[in-house]
Amino acid sequence: MIAIHHYLILSAILFAIGTVGVLVRKNAIVIFMCIELMLNAVNLTFIALSNHLGKLDGQIFVFFVMTVAAAEAAVGLALMIAFFNNKESIEVEDFNLMKQ
Amino acid sequence: MDSIFFYIVAATAVISGILVVGCKNPINSALSLIMTFFSLATLYVMLDAPFMAAIQVIVYAGAIMVLIVFVIMLLNIRIESGKRYMHTRVMGAILGAVVLIETLYVIMRPASQNLTGGKGPVDAAMVLNVGHTELIGRALFTDYLLPFEITSILLLVAIVGAVLLAKRKV
Amino acid sequence: MFEYVWLIPLFPLIGFAINGLLGKKIKNEKIIGGLGTVMVVCSFIVSALILLQLLGLPGEERHFEKTLFTWIQSGNFKADIGFLIDPLSVIMLMVVTGVGSLIHLYSIGYMHGEEGFYRYFAYLNLFTFSMLLLVLGNNLLLMFVGWEGVGLCSYLLIGYYFHKKSAGDAGKKAFVVNRIGDFGFLLGIFTLFWYFGTKFNVWTINFHELALQSHLLSTEATFGVITLVTLFFFIGATGKSAQIPLYTWLPDAMEGPTPVSALIHAATMVTAGVYMIARMNFLYIKAPQTLMVVAIVGAATAIFAATIGTAQNDIKRVLAYSTVSQLGYMFLAMGVGAFTAGIFHLMTHAFFKACLFLGSGSVIHGMHYALHHADHHEHCAHAADVDPQDMRNMGGLRKQMPWTFLTFLLATIAIAGIPGFAGFFSKDEILWQAFANPLHGDLNYVLWGLGAVAAGLTAFYMFRLVFMTFFGESRLIPEAKKHLHESHIVIVLPLVVLAILSVVGGWIGLPKLIGERLGNIPNYFEHFLEPVFANGHVAAAEGAHLSATLEWGLMGTSVLIAVVGISIAYALYIIAPTVPARFVARFPRLYQLVYNKWYVDEIYDFLFVNPCKAFGNFLWKGFDVVVVDGLVNGTAFVVKNTGGGMRYLQTGLVHNYAMTMVLGVVVIVGVYIFR
Repeated sequence: MIAIHHYLILSAILFAIGTVGVLVRKNAIVIFMCIELMLNAVNLTFIALSNHLGKLDGQIFVFFVMTVAAAEAAVGLALMIAFFNNKESIEVEDFNLMKQ
Repeated sequence: MDSIFFYIVAATAVISGILVVGCKNPINSALSLIMTFFSLATLYVMLDAPFMAAIQVIVYAGAIMVLIVFVIMLLNIRIESGKRYMHTRVMGAILGAVVLIETLYVIMRPASQNLTGGKGPVDAAMVLNVGHTELIGRALFTDYLLPFEITSILLLVAIVGAVLLAKRKV
Repeated sequence: MFEYVWLIPLFPLIGFAINGLLGKKIKNEKIIGGLGTVMVVCSFIVSALILLQLLGLPGEERHFEKTLFTWIQSGNFKADIGFLIDPLSVIMLMVVTGVGSLIHLYSIGYMHGEEGFYRYFAYLNLFTFSMLLLVLGNNLLLMFVGWEGVGLCSYLLIGYYFHKKSAGDAGKKAFVVNRIGDFGFLLGIFTLFWYFGTKFNVWTINFHELALQSHLLSTEATFGVITLVTLFFFIGATGKSAQIPLYTWLPDAMEGPTPVSALIHAATMVTAGVYMIARMNFLYIKAPQTLMVVAIVGAATAIFAATIGTAQNDIKRVLAYSTVSQLGYMFLAMGVGAFTAGIFHLMTHAFFKACLFLGSGSVIHGMHYALHHADHHEHCAHAADVDPQDMRNMGGLRKQMPWTFLTFLLATIAIAGIPGFAGFFSKDEILWQAFANPLHGDLNYVLWGLGAVAAGLTAFYMFRLVFMTFFGESRLIPEAKKHLHESHIVIVLPLVVLAILSVVGGWIGLPKLIGERLGNIPNYFEHFLEPVFANGHVAAAEGAHLSATLEWGLMGTSVLIAVVGISIAYALYIIAPTVPARFVARFPRLYQLVYNKWYVDEIYDFLFVNPCKAFGNFLWKGFDVVVVDGLVNGTAFVVKNTGGGMRYLQTGLVHNYAMTMVLGVVVIVGVYIFR
């Protein structure tokens, strides 16, 4: 039996990696994937704690997180396609309409 | 035995996570991310949540990642262009480190050492006897019925939004 | 019928609503004017029925209050929408609705073809509503609502010809001057409420309750709170009723249409101050010093305005100063505790002064018509320059306008105080009370003397007006003269009715002395009002200590003075018309002084108006521009520059936002866990 802390530490590491990715990468799709990574880190925490506490609530939450992630993927990727159609680029530095 | 297996899987997850951030080619990043998802699915199985592992593979690795890879290929993005700013990376690394330190502190501090909570009825034996899918299904269609229905509306809105955005002309 | 008292103000309100909202669409003058008139006539009918019912009751039961609902309730303070019926309010009701309906009828003819006909009738109905509210209100606050309402309508109607600058200015002047008086009225309400409440624990502003509790007050020999309260109310009265020092707005108010002058600025609104003092008689009687002030101000106004009236050439201005002067009589009556006599004079004055104003309106209407025709059809070049209101352009009008002349003459005789006509009885009663009252000691002789001289002046300038307008040779340009003719029937009819009332209206208030001679005819009017002024009886001691011979003598003197005034007018304006001009040439300074109204307006300008303007200018250029605008612009400047600086924080780069967001999360979580 693995102690709960191992899962939590792994989750923390993955979350931090995801954060760094969001902050340093420029490609919007990669940033998007880093966000998915962060979501999954959190999902791991939920399931680990759900198992530890013997309740299903955490897993149900993970279910909803997945749904939101799916919706986000659909809309987010559609946005990116639309953006790419306009700017021929997917770099976040070109997301600069507010600057002008 | 369990520990060794866990460490292998955890190492795989961390390494592939780093690759997600580190790879220059988005396709490589995507493939690394799929690898991470599979590692996590494995961990879910170890945590007596086979159903979650299944949908992790089906929904994430299957649906979402396929969509992402599809978009990457559709847009024909190879590598990131343009210059990279050093200070962005440094700031990102520092902030990521701080996030890690804070979360680790929360996990490791003495108050978190005995996470007891109210022990619920679900354990490995129950999952084996009743079946994980049935347990999740019961919870979803009894206690969480309303959120479940709202999720469907969310998905519907997402579909409409995606169609509207991706169309060339309305 | 008492239960339906609320109908009385409701009718004109309906008329106002319909004419005001739909009048522009209706357009038809007959419908608009007819509706306005019928509504007031309905009120008159209800009032008359109430009067009849009131007469059927014994004296002490002639009091009724109809409370519709509670208007304001806050702590000890309570104000109802409630109507009070007692002899005093019923007399006022009869005057307001009776004279009001005649003037509405008259207006249909007078205002024919004017632009904004519907507006005129809407305002007139609104005025009637407000005046009825003022009269019927059973508490001070409701009376104040009516008080403000009539002030507003007065302003609107004076400025009816708003395209004329002088009319707009006159309206504003009336409004502002009335504000000063209203301020006094409000202070009076506050102080009275506070004083009764804290001293006697009687928290009320209801007239009847106040009157019932007035026995708690003791007569104030020296200056006290009640003296202060009554003085505050009197300030209110001087504003509304055009007494010294706040009378200056009334002559200017003649810029309004003539029926308005007749209704508002002669018969009803300006008497509101007199009514208010009569209503509060139980307070005034406790404050002899205030009464003395009232009497002096009244007598002074009476004679002061009369002197100005002798030198004016504008027919309406003469009447305006005459109104101020007659209002002074009413206040003199109030000031000597002769409340009945004051109200009696209010009523008779309403009859003959309304008749005079409407008569002058008929003359002006005829003159205007004639000059207009001369200008347009005869192409007489200077016809447009002739002022149709200037008496120097009139003369000999009795041939062209016989009905107007006759009614005007009757009303003039009434105001001059010739025995048998209405004005004689009321004016004589006031003079007698001024002489015989026990309140003011030796001052009585001065008051009587001022009143008597003013009566003589009144007779003089009123007959001067009649002689200049209706007698002698016509001074009108010949082209216009042939277009002069008698006015339309709807104009003449009210004149006739009012003239009849001016003649016979005085007989309901016969002095005791004459009544006894004529076979014990009682003074119906005084008897009728007795319950209202029950508390005032201390003062109106009837001068019982003086002999009947003296009263006869005084009566004869006042008649003699009136006759002398008339004779002088006859001598100066009929027998020797050149004398006035020679007189003017001999004493140019005196003439200029009187002609320019003793320069009171100029003095007020110098003392109050110009300093106020200067202060306003200072506030505008000094305070507003520098301080207020400086604050506003300074705030804008600071915000703009801060924003300009902060703008650089908004890079527009998604990365920076993400970085900031993570930083924020890190800091917040850090604070939370390391705290």
